Amino acid sequence: MKKWVTILTAVLLCFTCLQVSALDVRAEDTVTIKVYNWGEYISDGSDDSMDVIKEFEAQYPGIKVSYTTYATNEELYAKLRSGSASYDVIVPSDYMISRMIAEDMLEPLDFSNIPNFADIDDTFKNPQYDPENEYSVPYTWGTVGIIYNTTMVEGTVDSWEVLWDPQYTGQILMFNNSRDAFGIAEKLLGFSQNTTDVKELEQAAEKLKEQKMVLQAYVMDEIFDKMSNGEAALAPYYAGDFFIMQEDNPDLAFAVPKEGTNLFVDAMVIPKGTEHKKEAETFINFMLEPDIGLANIEFIGYSTPLKTVKSMLDEEVLNDGISYPSQEILDKCESFVNLPDELNRYMDELWVDIRASGSSSVIELIFLFAVILGLGGALIIYLRRRNR
Amino acid sequence: MKKAVTKGYVLLILLFLYAPIFVLIAFSFNESKSRANFTGFTFHWYEELFKDNLIMTSLGNTLLIAVLASVFATILGTAAALGIKNMKKRARSVCMNVTYMPVINPEIVMGISMMLLFVFICQMFDWELGMITVLIAHITFCVPYVILNVLPKLRQMDQNTYEAALDLGCTPFSAFFKVVIPEILPGIMSGFLMAFTFSLDDFIITYFTNGSSFQTLPVTIYAMTRKKVNPKINALSTILFLAVLILLIVMNVRQARSEKNKEKQR
Amino acid sequence: MKNKLPAFPYIVWMVAFIVVPLFLVVYFAFTSEEGGFTLDNLVKISQYTPIFVKSINLAIIATLICFVLAYPIAYILSRSTERYQRTMILLVMLPMWMNFLLRTYGWMTLLENEGLINKFLGLLHIGPFQMINTAGAVVLGMVYNYLPFMILPLYSVMAKIDQSMIEAAQDLGCNAVKVIIKVLMPLSLPGIITGVTMVFVPSVSTFVISRMLGGGQNMLIGDLIEQQFIGSTYNPYVGSAMSLILMVIMLVIMGIMSSFDDDEMEGLVI
Repeated sequence: MKKWVTILTAVLLCFTCLQVSALDVRAEDTVTIKVYNWGEYISDGSDDSMDVIKEFEAQYPGIKVSYTTYATNEELYAKLRSGSASYDVIVPSDYMISRMIAEDMLEPLDFSNIPNFADIDDTFKNPQYDPENEYSVPYTWGTVGIIYNTTMVEGTVDSWEVLWDPQYTGQILMFNNSRDAFGIAEKLLGFSQNTTDVKELEQAAEKLKEQKMVLQAYVMDEIFDKMSNGEAALAPYYAGDFFIMQEDNPDLAFAVPKEGTNLFVDAMVIPKGTEHKKEAETFINFMLEPDIGLANIEFIGYSTPLKTVKSMLDEEVLNDGISYPSQEILDKCESFVNLPDELNRYMDELWVDIRASGSSSVIELIFLFAVILGLGGALIIYLRRRNR
Repeated sequence: MKKAVTKGYVLLILLFLYAPIFVLIAFSFNESKSRANFTGFTFHWYEELFKDNLIMTSLGNTLLIAVLASVFATILGTAAALGIKNMKKRARSVCMNVTYMPVINPEIVMGISMMLLFVFICQMFDWELGMITVLIAHITFCVPYVILNVLPKLRQMDQNTYEAALDLGCTPFSAFFKVVIPEILPGIMSGFLMAFTFSLDDFIITYFTNGSSFQTLPVTIYAMTRKKVNPKINALSTILFLAVLILLIVMNVRQARSEKNKEKQR
Repeated sequence: MKNKLPAFPYIVWMVAFIVVPLFLVVYFAFTSEEGGFTLDNLVKISQYTPIFVKSINLAIIATLICFVLAYPIAYILSRSTERYQRTMILLVMLPMWMNFLLRTYGWMTLLENEGLINKFLGLLHIGPFQMINTAGAVVLGMVYNYLPFMILPLYSVMAKIDQSMIEAAQDLGCNAVKVIIKVLMPLSLPGIITGVTMVFVPSVSTFVISRMLGGGQNMLIGDLIEQQFIGSTYNPYVGSAMSLILMVIMLVIMGIMSSFDDDEMEGLVI
């Protein structure tokens, strides 16, 4: 036993030394930038695609990329605000960017390091969320719509109402982030997605609570498997991801509801406090290279703001009406803007409330009390006996 | 009849414990990505697994942290046990209560409390959370297990042997290493092993203290389970299961053998 | 050997990394965003009472199920041959050594609508049942993950019970039920207490199991706390207040539990 432990320890220690020395070598002549992106949001080399990170590291041998992912804008925001993590490049959505600008969390970009910015379509320059275009470079854009399984859903899907249809109880998925979820309820009720009216917000929350009865789950990236495997019939999600799901399951279809929907832009920004701003800008610029942009767009299925990349796409993609929707649909779309701080917080509270609702709390309370009483009784009986 | 019932019951519980593991193992050889249909046999996912940089680095990180944390915790804990044993009753009870804290407190509370501290300190000195904070956190929750393993052995030990060694001319230093350490070694060893496995397996505390780029295997696995299905997870499970299985069997066989030897010597 | 000094580094370490952080939690719980003293955070939590009740209830149910499943197993093991005991303990411990995220992930595969269990039931023309994303699935996950924590301490206590005690009780006219209540239960009490705490504490504070098997709609205290720090609703002050309350609940329960037991909690170490 002793000998074995010694050998084991020795092996492990050797390994440790190797690890440590490996770290040292890396630290000497290279810089590591930390990229924090949405899940499934870069061409990562699987299924014979291009491994964009590897390409980047090959082209710029002095820069290493540490790549991690998040699921929602709010999660990204919390990670940054908590101070527990720092990043060099992040990819928040429009409204989150304006919130971060307002809270002075972003670093202005040096566009001379990002010459490829010239290739960005003019409609995406100087956007509402970053009016002077000082902080952000658009990565992708798209709309939100309903993805549904044609073998499980009857009739045409053209309204958000279908996500409340009791006929599909247990087969509906919903966004697991407050802004997108509230956006849908607000559109359905005929409000603006950027409403600042507390009453309207509360009404939307009521609507979302109602929906809980028919829901199977709140999801983000878990949606890919659930829709592809036929686990659920209906789900609102981002248009780009629909194509990825459809590849795995041809029965899926996409609809833009008649009430209108959300048009989003996800853009690359650099958080305050970065130590490798130049390298981060190099990375952003690299992501705008035509072949890289194309590889990403083909892999993730979203729409590109890059002119060259768009011209390289197949006719089929350009005309499917989903990636690059018609003006008619675009007119019905609304983009999120940042809400006042207090409203953001209130929305968060309502959102927790929605997700926690629906349990029959009276019965549960009675159960809890019964258990506590039982336990207390047992304790008293036990103590009495022991004293005797 | 009674025997059949007990046997059946034991089997059922084992089935319950192993069902998900066997499912993972079976699907690691599945050709398609599906979690429901078995389409054909392949080793493809194992290949992919070893090519996956992130998983391999995380594995390295996990082992690194586990080794460092358990070694450090063992030293710190053994020393602490020696000191605690000599404390007066009151001081000892205070000390033991603090020691029990990480054991009984919910992990999530330990995780966020340490995160608050690390963030506070790191912001003061403009440092970043990462390997060091994870290491500190792991040492912190590992030490109590070492103490709780060493302390009973110390109590069992005959104080006189140490004094006898001193009387026979040992320096306190060599008496300690020649007499006390061998006596409590089993406790130290089991404490070390416990610390090692707990550190290897920890997710929650690492999740809160790892900062932005230092990932251990559990953290990576968690991120993978929240995305598109990736059969690499299944392959990884199979390999980990086999590793654990082999390790436990080897340890057990050795233990059984050494016990037999002891009996023979008698 | 009469020296207290060796414990000094440890004491410094523990004060720095356990006591101070816990005080930070308390401090944050009573601090407003502007930095002044406030009770608002605690007041705010009252709106989350249903979540607290639900978490505690699910954890209680999971603990009860674990106990009912584990007690017979522990008894059977403690009364069998040594060889069998050793193999079985190994078999019970083996899954514990594998990462719990992976094992829980395995259950996702089993429980899905199109998953293996429903497929199997489909062959028998039953179902399909909605199993994943329900409170039941969360309880199952807890039971599954923490069952060994119940079996092991129960077993280690019961292995020490002398068979002749049981036989004596039987000779004196006790039936099986009476043997259990009058002899086995009291003698295995320390094991029960250790087991119950080791299942209850992680169950009540989990956020991984509820997230993986509960589908985002079965929120527990753990989810709530995680969200306040690095999840979707950033508010470390309220988060700290929640952790504080969780800690207090825990201490109360531990207090009740340990008053059943005379010994120090040595049993916690398996």
